[in-house]
Amino acid sequence: MHRKPTIMLLLAAALLVFVGCSSDTTTTTTAGETTTSVAPETTTSSVSDLSGQTIEVAAVWSGAEQANFQQIIDAFQEQSGVQVTFTSTGDQIATILGTRMQGGSPPDVAILPQPGLMYSLADQGALQPLTDVISMEMDTNYAPVWKDLGTYDGTLYGLVFKAANKSTFWYNMSVFEDAGVTPPTTWEELLAAADTIQRFGVAPFSVAGADGWTLTDWFENVYLRTAGGEKYDQLTTLEIPWTDPSVTTALDALAEIWGNEAMLNGGATGALQTDFPTSVVDVFASPPKAALVYEGDFVAGVIGAETQATLGTDADFFDFPSISGSPPSVVAGGDMAVLMTESEAGKAFMKFLATPEAATIWAKLGGFSSPNKNVDPSVYPDDITRRAATALANAEVVRFDMSDLEPPAFGGTPGKGEWKLLQDFLSNSSDVSGIQTQLQEAAAAAAPTPSG
Amino acid sequence: MINAEHPGEGSAAVPTAADLDAGPAPGAPHDPNEPGRRKLTSRFRGKHPSWKVAIFLLPGIFILGALVVYPILFTLVRSFYSPHGAEFVGITNYRDMFTSADTLIAIKNNVVWLVIAPAVVTALGLVFAVLTERVPWATAFKVALFVPMAISFLSSGVIWRLVYQDDPRLGLANAALVSVSEIIQPPGPYPTARPSRPDVLVPQAEAYVTAADFEPGSTTELGLIAVPPRLIPANAVQATTTSPEPTAIAGTIWVDFAVGGGGAPGVIDPGELGLPGVKVEVLSDSGNVIGSANTAPDGTFVITGIDAGSYKVRLADSNFRPAWGGVLWLGPALITPSIIISYIWIWAGFAMVLIGAGLAAIPRDVLEAARVDGAGEWQVFRRITGPLLAPLLLVVLVTLLINVLKIFDLILVIPPGSVLADANVIALEMWQVSFGGGQNQGLGSALAILLFILVLPAMAFNLRRFRAEQ
Repeated sequence: MHRKPTIMLLLAAALLVFVGCSSDTTTTTTAGETTTSVAPETTTSSVSDLSGQTIEVAAVWSGAEQANFQQIIDAFQEQSGVQVTFTSTGDQIATILGTRMQGGSPPDVAILPQPGLMYSLADQGALQPLTDVISMEMDTNYAPVWKDLGTYDGTLYGLVFKAANKSTFWYNMSVFEDAGVTPPTTWEELLAAADTIQRFGVAPFSVAGADGWTLTDWFENVYLRTAGGEKYDQLTTLEIPWTDPSVTTALDALAEIWGNEAMLNGGATGALQTDFPTSVVDVFASPPKAALVYEGDFVAGVIGAETQATLGTDADFFDFPSISGSPPSVVAGGDMAVLMTESEAGKAFMKFLATPEAATIWAKLGGFSSPNKNVDPSVYPDDITRRAATALANAEVVRFDMSDLEPPAFGGTPGKGEWKLLQDFLSNSSDVSGIQTQLQEAAAAAAPTPSG
Repeated sequence: MINAEHPGEGSAAVPTAADLDAGPAPGAPHDPNEPGRRKLTSRFRGKHPSWKVAIFLLPGIFILGALVVYPILFTLVRSFYSPHGAEFVGITNYRDMFTSADTLIAIKNNVVWLVIAPAVVTALGLVFAVLTERVPWATAFKVALFVPMAISFLSSGVIWRLVYQDDPRLGLANAALVSVSEIIQPPGPYPTARPSRPDVLVPQAEAYVTAADFEPGSTTELGLIAVPPRLIPANAVQATTTSPEPTAIAGTIWVDFAVGGGGAPGVIDPGELGLPGVKVEVLSDSGNVIGSANTAPDGTFVITGIDAGSYKVRLADSNFRPAWGGVLWLGPALITPSIIISYIWIWAGFAMVLIGAGLAAIPRDVLEAARVDGAGEWQVFRRITGPLLAPLLLVVLVTLLINVLKIFDLILVIPPGSVLADANVIALEMWQVSFGGGQNQGLGSALAILLFILVLPAMAFNLRRFRAEQ
């Protein structure tokens, strides 16, 4: 082919122009430039100013939880005239938000399942500090500990909208009756009850192994009870490594259940194929495939939406049993709302989320505990939800879900880090020290380094 | 060729196709301006200077430059920097890439995809195209096979995720397999049952045999547990012991579970039901079956006609044959083949349609001549159709090769979280590494460059073939 030099020169010139005009290769990390603890509100936006605006809200919720949250959105839309679109991201929220941020189009409000993700986003300068108005609403309605949870580096970024008591063991009441088992209060009683149920002919535990986060919750509850609150905090920040003997004790206890094929519905292989909603449905199906499923109080929402069981008659929970005489402890989870753009409508939506009104809407529907102290306990639809919420409030030892406080690369990504390694442990519970080493390696690799 | 109507104008006539095909006359010097041999290109070259050509090409060059060339160069440069782009790290990212287990698995999986998927899709497309060529319902079949291309690949992934579900009651694949297996070999009545006294009744392959020996005139009680109530037949009643009979071995098989886990194992307690329909056999020393019986509603059995001697009692394996659970499609071993199957389902229609078009272009008279000469269908296919189709097959194959290297959406949707690491491919790894928790875009860029390098041979091949056709 004959190519005249002119064409090549023009092409080269075009390229040089583009390379010259490109933005630099560094991603600027502006971590908390503001010196005040909250951003000052310049104008008070009245509700009427906002009608016609649109905002996008992203959360991990889908299915029943999404439908319930949609009712809160509908109430806000009615009140304010703002159009809200909801985006469900599933468990890949860390990656999806990262992609959207790089593309320059983040959602206005994101509801993060993990404070660790909030810390990482705040560190990258992707979040807007919450305004005075929102902060005052929080002061009225929340105990200080929840506001502390939403603070990073002295600035308030997050509003804990939905809390969860993650120390509830749900069981099928008719299986317990037929097998003649009563809800256990200690770990030994739990193992004995599981043995009886298994001799009765039903698999004792339904474990959602396909979703790594359920396995981290198992570990955290066991660890909180075997090692205590102080060590729990130290492990969260990696002050003690994952190779510490306290972790060995917890993993050994877990292996008593996970390592025993007969204890798990479908064995370890079956458990690794079961996702969270299926694990709940398996327990309350007829005929039931398992008797017990451990997860947080949001299991009630799945029971209500996806099974025929009724809370109180077919389904109930008992508190996660104590181990070696540990005091009543609760691992709490929470979904935290954050602002990603400067939209006024977004700020108004955040303020609405902080009110008791918004919390009450979902509280009535079940599967929801609010840290909002001004929500009337009587709005919870049944005793069971009320019990879970009060257990959360009254426990002696309360800690936030560890994997949610850790960097998402370790504690929050499907198929990676703690999620993946605990799945490996479920599949083969014999090599405890090997898994500990791998956990420590992954945790150290994910630990935040000074501006990489 | 001379223009017959205007014999004197041969040199000024419009160049015919034969002129263009013929090329320069052998031996004549190559003079583009010689009147006798005008070629298509020389028309333009004489009249339009190349700078005019350049201006028309400029918009296209800008767009290509901005959207293709610049990102490639940027990514290449970015791959030599640290995760957040602050410092130059040289080839660290490439070194990390080739030493990290995750990436090596991803590369291995991509190789498996490359070797298997395009070849199978092309072969299937060829088979379907040839088979449906002269069939009356060809169009309906082709439409049915092509429909998967019409839906989004993500939806296809969701469909196949549901098909591959492990539970035979939910997943179509296992439902089909299990219903066939249940016809061939039905499961036993009590697949989960096992002895309440493992010291009394020991496993022997799929069956259970007594540890002790028995003589005619003795009885034995053998308890079983892990029998869920729904499997216990409705006619079962409270288990009882039997009285011994001479020349017979008798006993009871029952569900050794009292509500609440009370009672003693190995002892018939009140409230414990007998287990009817259990096949009990008496074995001689050499393991031959001397006699057998099925248990009654109260769990009792009597096997008569036993001569003197010592025998073992066995609960036949047919009682405990487990219901086959189907194949673990989404397990670590089969996950990549399973996703490849769904890929083939999507793309076979594409290959079939393309190859079908190519087939239609083959001149029929050649095939007819071959058939008249006595060639069989297979010989016609192998000697004529195949070679004539070869260029088209190559096009399809190379297109699919490039497509498969970029595979992402199926890998994201089909595997459950627990096998995501086993099914990983480079494109998915790049996305998770770059935008997931670590936000390591240096490593992500290195992975992107790796993918680019892997695609280059296929692109070069396509370019060469494209030029050769010109």
